[in-house]
Amino acid sequence: MEKFTRLEGIVAPLDRANVDTDAIIPKQFLKSIKRSGFGVNLFDAWRFLDHGEPGMDISTRKPNPDFVLNQPRYEGASILLARKNFGCGSSREHAPWALFDYGIKAVIAPSFGEIFYNNSLKNGLLPIVLADSEVDHLFHEVEAFPGFRLMVDLEQQVVATVDGGTVYRFEIDAFRKHCLLNGLDEIGLTLQHADEIKAFEEQHIAQQPWLFT
Amino acid sequence: MPKTLYDKLWDSHLVRSEDDGTSLIYIDRHLVHEVTSPQAFEGLKIAHRKPWRTGSVVATADHNTPTTDWDKGIEDPISRLQVETLDANIREFGAKAYFPFLDKRQGIVHVIGPEQGATLPGMTVVCGDSHTSTHGAFACLAHGIGTSEVEHVLATQCLVQKKMKNMLVEVEGKLGPGVSAKDIALALIGQIGTAGGTGYAIEFGGSAVRGLSMEGRMTLCNMAIEAGARAGMVAVDETTINYLEGRAFAPQGEMWDRAVAYWRTLKSDDGAEFDLVVRLNAPEIKPQITWGTSPEMVIPVDGRIPDPEKERDEVRREGMERALVYMGLEPNMAATDIKIDKVFIGSCTNSRIEDLRAAAQVIKGRHVASNVKLAMVVPGSGPVKDQAEKEGLDRIFSEAGFEWRQPGCSMCLAMNNDRLEPGERCASTSNRNFEGRQGAGGRTHLVSPSMAAGAAIAGHFVDVRSAK
Repeated sequence: MEKFTRLEGIVAPLDRANVDTDAIIPKQFLKSIKRSGFGVNLFDAWRFLDHGEPGMDISTRKPNPDFVLNQPRYEGASILLARKNFGCGSSREHAPWALFDYGIKAVIAPSFGEIFYNNSLKNGLLPIVLADSEVDHLFHEVEAFPGFRLMVDLEQQVVATVDGGTVYRFEIDAFRKHCLLNGLDEIGLTLQHADEIKAFEEQHIAQQPWLFT
Repeated sequence: MPKTLYDKLWDSHLVRSEDDGTSLIYIDRHLVHEVTSPQAFEGLKIAHRKPWRTGSVVATADHNTPTTDWDKGIEDPISRLQVETLDANIREFGAKAYFPFLDKRQGIVHVIGPEQGATLPGMTVVCGDSHTSTHGAFACLAHGIGTSEVEHVLATQCLVQKKMKNMLVEVEGKLGPGVSAKDIALALIGQIGTAGGTGYAIEFGGSAVRGLSMEGRMTLCNMAIEAGARAGMVAVDETTINYLEGRAFAPQGEMWDRAVAYWRTLKSDDGAEFDLVVRLNAPEIKPQITWGTSPEMVIPVDGRIPDPEKERDEVRREGMERALVYMGLEPNMAATDIKIDKVFIGSCTNSRIEDLRAAAQVIKGRHVASNVKLAMVVPGSGPVKDQAEKEGLDRIFSEAGFEWRQPGCSMCLAMNNDRLEPGERCASTSNRNFEGRQGAGGRTHLVSPSMAAGAAIAGHFVDVRSAK
């Protein structure tokens, strides 16, 4: 996993509640057996006017000029600003893969679908929960100032305007933060406790042997 | 201290905990399907890691498999490669059981686990699929995980978790005729919203839930994720034990007795505290229909489509307006005036034998309306299909003009060829009415099996309570 420490970038506002992972990456692209290459189909049904299928050449597609990521002022955005329950629905990890591959490194929203939230943290994509009022304020700022950028500092757990005028603190679990800051392989960390897992397993077998037949 | 069912399941699987609550919990059953596993197996290979305990793995191919012309195999080469990749991975790494494409026991992963007795009370169950919550019907701690977690469970037999909060959804009283578990689920989501359960493990209780069959309980727990909760569960009772007895992978003989004695403890203790209690009155629940593009956009069958102008919250209002445009509906329209083009009876929510019986009962001796272009029944598994055929349900469906298909996920998410065309409107027994879920531009109305059957016959939604 890539480390996440600090990020400064353009903010793109996606002003909808309950954006589900089907919208983030539609089902036809889940047939891939790879982890990469999903960025070109991020938000496919919203981003393009024509119907997308795997393997299509993106240069032949018809972008939807109304969709936020197609608007020139948000070109190169690395921070997505969203509404409540972002990433709800399907557990597909292809959703954070697609966002990350596209270039989105952080998503700010008042709340997230839980599985999406977890999946993001395992892929170097930082989901940031801010209060409703703070998210509202940011939507107004992004709207008012073309080229609006934010700075995210994971170590300090803050989101700030680049002039430092507005600073919002966010919460994140200490373990997840540690893994993200250092780009750690979670499996390797867990396997450091292999002896404890084995000991648990033996006691579990003794108590519920029918689970192991 | 009295414990909730969730507390008991958590405590009995806790391997270790850090000071901040980050914990490792041991996983008993790992269900695997073709869509969310290839990258996990690849990750193991790249890191030269071996699975911890392949005896925990039960696998099947369900998302990509066709529901017609099985003799032709899988025509789409990309889908075929994904299914073949699962075949190869199971061959290489092993599993307790694998029900590949064309196997008689193949089917939707959340149907076959319980059906084979591979889902047992007290288990922790995971699968790279959000509807894993289904298995909570057996007093399991069961939830969906992402592909990185699939790899993590394969390699370590554990999941990194923090304990969730406890929610009790208590449904008291008797459900009216024609009202099912699906309607309880949709009514609940209408009440608490699609994020209402976020951060919680939901236990479903109350006399209406105890009165449900295992099929009904699975439908209810299946939809917990649509209420935002990763896990839903129901305590063990006689219904649970009766369902499991004699299933292929269930314990037998003395081991069965020992297991049953333990399973009977799998309920919340008297006086156990929940962080949140939500109550629903079963007799007041009417058949439900979703009108929008989120499961929380739901109304009773005798209701009208809400008017965004009456919504004061700006984000909600815009969401409603967008949903109405996408769905091609007008505010204040009666739910029963909505005409449909297709009907889908199937999915991990509603493709079990009881669901097919409920639908067949409505359509018996009648015919699909002329404006309905396609009505299809996709049984949840080979054994469900066999059972239905033994009971003659397939003939009832066929004579009524329904297509009787092979098992799989099918048009719930339209990864195979079963899908809606742009603008088509579907009465569907599945779980998600998201934009494009059943096909780009398709319009989904989530309903129960009997409501879907009633709509197929009338060509528009009808109140199955009065239609009977």
